[in-house]
Amino acid sequence: MLHEDSILAAPVSARDHIQGNAHAVVTLVEYGDFQCPACGGAYPLVKQIQHRYAGNLRFVFRHFPLSQVHPYAQLAAELAEAAAVEGRFWAMHDWLYENQTAWAPYGAPGLEAGVRALGLDEATIAATLRNPDIDARIRGDFMGGVRSGVNGTPSFYVNGYLYQGDFDSLVHAIGRVIARQQ
Amino acid sequence: MNLLAAGVAAPEFTLHSTPDQSVALKEFRGRNVILAFYPADWSPVCSDQLALYNELLDEFARLNAQLLAISVDGVWSHAALARERKYHFPLLSDFEPKGAVARAYGVYDAQLGLAQRALFVIDGDGVIRWSYLSPMGVNPGAAGIVKALEALPSNNIQKALPADAGQEAP
Repeated sequence: MLHEDSILAAPVSARDHIQGNAHAVVTLVEYGDFQCPACGGAYPLVKQIQHRYAGNLRFVFRHFPLSQVHPYAQLAAELAEAAAVEGRFWAMHDWLYENQTAWAPYGAPGLEAGVRALGLDEATIAATLRNPDIDARIRGDFMGGVRSGVNGTPSFYVNGYLYQGDFDSLVHAIGRVIARQQ
Repeated sequence: MNLLAAGVAAPEFTLHSTPDQSVALKEFRGRNVILAFYPADWSPVCSDQLALYNELLDEFARLNAQLLAISVDGVWSHAALARERKYHFPLLSDFEPKGAVARAYGVYDAQLGLAQRALFVIDGDGVIRWSYLSPMGVNPGAAGIVKALEALPSNNIQKALPADAGQEAP
């Protein structure tokens, strides 16, 4: 891959979904798809990394739904954005990954369980899902990922650089960056 | 022979896309073409390169570009792959004489008998404007393609029109 094509093209900004310390030494950006099994597998590992590095790590999630491969990935992303309007993005993000194998085979009916599990108002969510801004935001994330060299899901960026390697080495790479700053 | 570089006229070809249909490069004069050579149908690049491009067909269309993917596999393999993975672009069969088009573009691996993983952006006049050879097992993504298409003068002119307010979300 071309080096200049592996750098995060869209800087982290207030429009992003961000967890953790705004002044953290490391910013980890994930481009993920809620129906992607590999992303589902990465989910608990990301949680472990967040726990391990706590205040030294800021985590950002961006949408990269591969809709032709995962027919409900786009709808799941839209649902997460609709939950975000209610201030519940991360709750929905977690629900979608923790229950991926339960809803993925069923699509919309499966996803409705998430709306109920979070105690969200179904009519409000349904209305929000019709807002074209939701789709535009997801597409914006997707194209920002394309320009950053995302080639599949999940893709991780550590302080703006695409990380290519297995998860253990990702953990160590983050540890090294933090160690250098201390 | 090395990868053909920017500025070179793209070698013409006509290849089968299905058992009874063929596609000629010259049909796309006036439009841009993305040629994506790949080693083999069904080969596992951990995340599938063509699946990513399949999600970008609207974006390629916005940049007046048609995607054509080429491997040495036969048309029936292509048909099964396209159906299984829901590809909405032609898979061309560089099958007989094997790899002739890949050779013409300088991306045939004669030892393995496969096309290498290589990308070309060809403009509406049939001239190569960008090319890139990726290591066989590495999915090159689409950043290079999008940048190359956006850099084409024809796309820049479109962008400069005041009527085009369709900027990317900030």
